[in-house]
Formats: sequence, C-alpha cells, structure tokens
Amino acid sequence: MENPLLSVRNLMLDIPVGGGTLHAVRGIDFDLMRGETLCIVGESGSGKSLTSLALMGLLGKTILRSADRMDFDGTDILTAKPRAMRALRGDRMAMIFQEPMTSLNPAYTIGDQLTEALLLHKSVDREAARERAVELLEKVGITAARSRLGQYPHQLSGGLRQRVMIAMALMCEPELIIADEPTTALDVTIQAQILRLLYDLGREMNMAMILITHDLGVVARVADKVAVMYAGELVETGPAKDVFNAPSHPYTRGLLRCIPQPGKTERGSTLGTIPGIVPSLIGDVEGCAFRTRCPYAEAQCRAEIPRHETGTHAFRCIHPDGARHAEEEVPA
Amino acid sequence: MLLFILKRLGLAVLVAFTVSFISFSLLFMAGDPAAALAGETASGEDIEAIRKLYGFDRPMLVQYGDWLVSALQFDFGESYYFRLPVSSLIVDRLGVTMTLGVCGITFALLTAVPLGVAAAIRPNSIIDRVALFLSVAGQAMPSFWFGLILIVIFAIKLGWLPPSGASTPAHFIMPTIVLGYYAMPAIMRLTRAGMLDVLSSDYIRTARAKGAPEGRVLFRHALRNAIIPVVSLAAVQMGFMLGGSIVVESIFALHGAGFLAWESIARNDLPTVQALILVFSMFYIVFTFLADVLNAWLDPRMRSS
Amino acid sequence: MTQFDTQDPILAEITGPTPGQMLRKRVFGHQGLMIGAGVLVILALIAVFAPLLAPHDPYAQSLMTRMEPPVFLGGDWEHPLGTDHLGRDYLSRLIYGARVSLMIGGIAALISGVIGTAMGVAAGYFGGRVDMVVTFLINVRLAMPVVLVALAVVAILGGSLQVVIVVLGLLLWDRFAVVMRASTLQVRGREYVAAARAIGASTPRVILSEIMPNIANNLIVVVTLEMAHAILLEAALSFLGLGVQPPTPSWGLMVSEGKNMMLFEPWMVLIPGAVLFILVLAINLMGDGLRDVTAPENRS
Repeated sequence: MENPLLSVRNLMLDIPVGGGTLHAVRGIDFDLMRGETLCIVGESGSGKSLTSLALMGLLGKTILRSADRMDFDGTDILTAKPRAMRALRGDRMAMIFQEPMTSLNPAYTIGDQLTEALLLHKSVDREAARERAVELLEKVGITAARSRLGQYPHQLSGGLRQRVMIAMALMCEPELIIADEPTTALDVTIQAQILRLLYDLGREMNMAMILITHDLGVVARVADKVAVMYAGELVETGPAKDVFNAPSHPYTRGLLRCIPQPGKTERGSTLGTIPGIVPSLIGDVEGCAFRTRCPYAEAQCRAEIPRHETGTHAFRCIHPDGARHAEEEVPA
Repeated sequence: MLLFILKRLGLAVLVAFTVSFISFSLLFMAGDPAAALAGETASGEDIEAIRKLYGFDRPMLVQYGDWLVSALQFDFGESYYFRLPVSSLIVDRLGVTMTLGVCGITFALLTAVPLGVAAAIRPNSIIDRVALFLSVAGQAMPSFWFGLILIVIFAIKLGWLPPSGASTPAHFIMPTIVLGYYAMPAIMRLTRAGMLDVLSSDYIRTARAKGAPEGRVLFRHALRNAIIPVVSLAAVQMGFMLGGSIVVESIFALHGAGFLAWESIARNDLPTVQALILVFSMFYIVFTFLADVLNAWLDPRMRSS
Repeated sequence: MTQFDTQDPILAEITGPTPGQMLRKRVFGHQGLMIGAGVLVILALIAVFAPLLAPHDPYAQSLMTRMEPPVFLGGDWEHPLGTDHLGRDYLSRLIYGARVSLMIGGIAALISGVIGTAMGVAAGYFGGRVDMVVTFLINVRLAMPVVLVALAVVAILGGSLQVVIVVLGLLLWDRFAVVMRASTLQVRGREYVAAARAIGASTPRVILSEIMPNIANNLIVVVTLEMAHAILLEAALSFLGLGVQPPTPSWGLMVSEGKNMMLFEPWMVLIPGAVLFILVLAINLMGDGLRDVTAPENRS
C-alpha cells in the first residue's frame, strides 16, 4: 500500500496561561493520502485552526507542540529545523487563511505577493513567475488577470482577494494544501464558488487537501475523509460516507441534526441544537470533554474513554454504539 | 492623491498665515517698539520721530499687512541690535542649525528604528528593556543638563571632543547626540508599537506560510508597513528639533539660528525674534506637509485614492 | 443529565474578582507606576514641608562659605550638599526648588488641561465646524516653536513665576486637545451616549456625566505627561536665563548658575539636574503606568 503523504499521531498543543496549562489540542491522529481531501469539522474554538497552524509549523513560540509522529512524505516536520520547514512551506505545503481582507500585505502589489513564493523556492526569473501568476489568476477565475498584477489588495473585493490567496497557495504546485475556513469571511453567494474552485483545482492538480470548516454541507460534497473535532479532540474520524451514513459519536449526530436536509427535514419542524457551552480546557482534562453537553452522559464519562473502530471509521465514547440505541427511543 | 495634496497645501498656507499674524502680534504685546528702538537715552521727541519714521503710529492691521507683504519677499526689516537686514542674519545662521537638525534626526532614526525593531521582535527581552529604559530616560532628561554632562565627560575630563563652537565636524558630535536623543524616545516607541502590531497581523503569517526567511518577513513585510507612521513622526520631530535647537545651540555655543534667537530675545531685538519664530514655524509646516505627502505616497491605499 | 461542576473554571471566572479588585491588583502590581508614584509623593511631601526640612534659609548668602563641596566630596555636614557661588545652602535650595517645579508643573498642566480638554471635547462631541476650527488651532499651535515663543513672551512680560506658569499653561494645551478630541470621538458613538440622548439628557449633562467619566483615564495620562513637559520647559527657560529669575531657587536656574563653575565643580551642575531628571522620570513612569493599567490593550 502507498505511504500516506501526511501522517499525524497523538498531536498535542498546550498553551501556558496564567493559571496553568490550556490543553488546546489533545491526541490528534490522522493519515492523508495524496490527492485526498480531509475535512476537519467542529465549532469555533475546538482547535481546528491551531491544528492546521501546527502542521505548517506556524504556531507562535507560546504554544507547545508535541506528537508521537508528524511525517510529511518522509520528513519529520515535528523536529525539522526552521530552515527545512521554510523550504517546505509555500513550496510543497501551502495554506489558505480565513481572512482574505487582512491576509494580503497592503504595501505590495498582487503581482509581487503572488510571485514571492515561486521566486523564493524555484529558480525562475521574474518574467516567468509573472506568467505563472497570470495563468493561475485566470485559473481561479479572475478576469483581466494581467492588469491585476499591478493592483494593491485594497483595490480588490473580499472574494477576489480570496481567489488571489488561492492562486498564491497554488503557485508552486504544492502536494498539500491546508485551507482554514477559506470562505467564512465571504458573502454566501461567493462561498460556494470559492469552494467549488478549490475542490476542482485540488482534483486537477492531484493535491491533498485539509479543509477546515464548520459547514457540514460543504463536507458532504467535497470530503473523502472527515474528522470531527470537539474541544481539542477528534471524537470521530472516518471515510466521509461512513461518517455521514452512520454518525456514531453523539456530538457528530448532534451536528448533523443542525443542518436541514432537503426532503427529510419537515417544514416547520425545529432544527437540532446542542445545548450548553464548550468546557474550559485549562488544567487536566479527564474523560470525555463532551459529557457536559451530552444527553447520554454517565458517570463513566469522567474516566478513560474507549475507542471503537470499524475499518477506518473510529470514534471515542463509553457507549459501544455511541448511544444510538438511546436515541432511537427518545425522539430528538 | 492630487486632491489630498491640494487640500493639505491649503491647510499649510492657512496655518502659515495664522502663525505669521501671531508672531507679528508679539511685537504689540511688547509695549512701545519705538522706545525700544530709540534706546534708553532718547528723548520723547526722538521716540515720536522714530514712531513716525517706522510707521508704528498706524493701525495694527495695516502694519501687519505691510510686514506680511515684505515677509513674503523674505524681507523682515532691520535688526535693532545688529542694524543689518534680519533676512541676511538668518540666512547666515541657518546653515549651522540645519546641519544640526539633519544630523540630529539622522542620529535619532539610526538608533531608534533598529532598537524599536529589536525590541518588538523579542518583547520583554533584555534588549526590549534596554530600549524601554533608554526611551524613558530620554523623555525625562533635561537636554541642557545632558549636554553639560557630555561636556564635563568628553570635553573636560577626557578631552576627546571640543566643548563648544562649530568649526569642525567634531564640534557637531555632542550637539547631535543631545538633540537626537530628544527625538529618539518617541520614534523608538512608535517603531516598536508599529512592529508589534504588524508582526501579529495576518499578512505576516501569510508571508511565513510562503516560506519566506525571517529576515525577509521582518524587513520586507513588516517594517515596510510599520515605518509609514514613523516617517511622519520623524518629520514632526525634525520640526520640533529645529525649534528646540535653541537650547542645544546655547549650551555648545553653536552660532546658529537658535543661538541668534536666544541672543535676540535677550536683547529685545523684536524684528529678529518675529522673523525667527516665523521661519521656524515655516520649517515645521513644510516638514509636516512633506511628511503627509510622503506618507500618502508610501501607503498604497492613499496613493491610489 | 446536567450537573453543576463546582470546579468549573467558567463558574470561577463568573464569580471571580470584580473590575475594581482587578484594577487595584493591576495598579499595585505595576512596578513602574508604584515607583513613579512613590517618588512623586516623596518629592511632593518635601515640597510641602520645605520650611521644616530645609536646614538653612535658601536665600541666605554667606560670602565666607562660598562653593563648599558636598560631604561626599570632603565637605562638612553643616552643608550636606555644599554651597553655591553666593554661599547659599545647596540642599535647602534644592528642597525649595521642588516647590517651584511642582507648582509650575501642576498649575501649568491645570491651565492647559482646562483649555485643551474644553477644545478637544467640544471638537469631538460637536464635530463639523467646531471640529474644523479646533483642528486648525491645534495645527497652528503645533507649528509655533514652543521654546522660542515661550522665551520671547516671558522676556517681553518679564520673568516671574506667575508669568512662566501662565505662558506655559497657555502653550501646552495641544496634546490635551488632540487626545481628548480622539477619545471623545470614540466614546460619542457608544450606545450609552445614544441612550442618554434618547431619554432627553441635555448636552452639558451628556458631556459631563456620560462622556467625561469615560475619557477621564486618558485625561489623567496626558496630565502627567504635560506636567513633566512643563517642568522640563520651565527648567530650560530658567537655564537660558529667561524664565524664573534669581534668586528664586529653580533647579534649571541652579544648573545655569553652576554652569560657570562646571570646569572645577561639576557637582553644582550634576546635583540639581539629577533631581530634575528624577522628578520628571517619576512623573513619566507614573503616566506610562497609568496608561498601562487603565488600558492594558493600548500599551505601546
């Protein structure tokens, strides 16, 4: 079998704060093959963005990172020297950020910023780099691409800026692209276009993609694999179709109930909500973090939580079936 | 951009006229200029004759109009003390002051910007603390006292530098440090704050995500943005420094325009004082105008609007 | 199944310290602020109790004991910091000098504070033409070289403590106006101001009871900075011989008088300058500290 492009085992992120340590991300595991799309789903503050920054090696010095394994195509990116990480970043792994309005440097032209990564990593001349930039701008659907090169970020709309960000990430044809909620800051009408674009380009260039989102509708359409994150843990992971067809963790099911489904959700019925708030992660976190909001929580939820696996589909819960039996009895 | 420049220019001209009026009014606060001109031994008739001769008996606004028209042609009348045209006196002395101002601001920028950047890269580190200490001390240091201490140490005790005068470049070293140190704290603080702000911005993360080396991130991406407000501050400080050079010039006996102002104030030489106030104000107005234009040009958001 | 977790940090946060407690903690935990305020209080007490503390009359001349060195340079305890060129006790003059500096700093900052705050708040609150006029006046004021104008005016009116105070007070309002204008602009748009207007509060009432309390922290910071500024300017003017006139014990004047003996007796310059430096440093530390504790996010 082919080796995964990216393999992560037991990734932990700790943030020292005034009164102790905030265990922001705890024990993340996943594998990503070339050309595959992994969607990480979860609420705000669940540690999705931190995880993506940790993969890129872009966390600040205040956040402590540890893992049993972080391997990118044979390179150990946990212990890699800053210089080696720099060589990977922007070349073989690229990132698209949430905030297109502020993610471009206001002082330089689109052309300068687009060509920067290419000039840094590949031995091409300026002219060739500009040609490549024009080509990619056209590919991301920007009209009059050549004249855009001389423009400054403030002259572009949010949607255009995000297209530029995508083009920028693709300049060196990376093998892995990490997109951290690339559409949240955009208008709803543009969100779909951008995602479509990203997905199509990923397929076309055979890139592996980690898409971070809280929009399950998006996940259903683009994901090969899904990882559901709650309060710093992956509560459920697996192939997209398995997770959608047989959501096992109560949290996953809760999330899925929050989206209306054409033909299934009845007119006038209430959509699901998950009551409660995400617990604080300062100090030792024991047992299942979801227990304070879980309708099926029991005393054992404070103890070690077992992991249930069916093929590549896995989840963590004290109930072997994720309390599905209970759910069928109690109408949601 | 052009509209901005025109508006800004309009403001500068308006401010200039107001300042000219205020500095002219100083003459009227001073009591009877004719008496001052005539000297202490003059009789009442002499004073009256001088008043007529110089036109001091006319309404104030008429005199102001007259003075302004001449001032626009760089004619500020005659110095009471030197009996020379004020404009030629000022031109003679301005070279020293300008040299001092340029050296001072250069010294301030060359120390403050690197310190501010270094402090922002590692907040709360030793270098940040040193920078903070230097800036806090600089703001509290009376410049005349600092100048005298330097003279005691480097001129008297060590004998390395000449204590006063302006004949060689070495004469400018201590005055430059004193004047530059006066402008340094504000520039350092602004650089540090700006760099801290920019370094935490999203586009710096983007630059790092592209694999840009740290030096490139710091200088090309961060400093380029953080330096924009520093440019206009430096221009403002330059304007202040020329006005403040009066203290430094008096300590080091540099016979520049500031020294001339000091002498003239002590001698009640009002035409010279008026003209100097106006000239120093003009420098401030021109510098801040240029700074705003430069600022607008450095910031693409303003350049294209 | 919902249960209250008494160890829950969120609950602890909700039931945590009040804003007042937190402010107190920040104030007492801020080194610069405590040192600055401490030194300032000591100097203020020295100024107030100067007649009790000064070992000699600061004006009493004695031709027999001129330029005696301080004890650490071999002098005696009769004049711990020595005597000046007229035989006046240096320590006593320093102690009385604190009165001059603090009085000038305090009153000048008060005058300029009233002028600048009125202008700045009016500009920020009313906007439009008022703002245009105030902004213009600020520009004019900034264009005038402050040392030069102060020197000229003091020279014309005659150097005395009162004249110096008033002139500085009338010149140093610019920063008050700039900061108060910006703060008022910021506060004016807040909901509570709209709410006060909606229930029909009069303009003076809105300004006094809604706007002022919310910009007071910035005002205090500017007061300290301008106090320091005024003290330094007075010292510079007196040093140049065109500020407070002899025999008033002003620190700037003492440096100026000591300057002539600098070659032989550098301490005559060092001591009053150092005291001046310490006072201004203390005020600035306090001002910076106040800015930090009242608006930690604005720390620059």
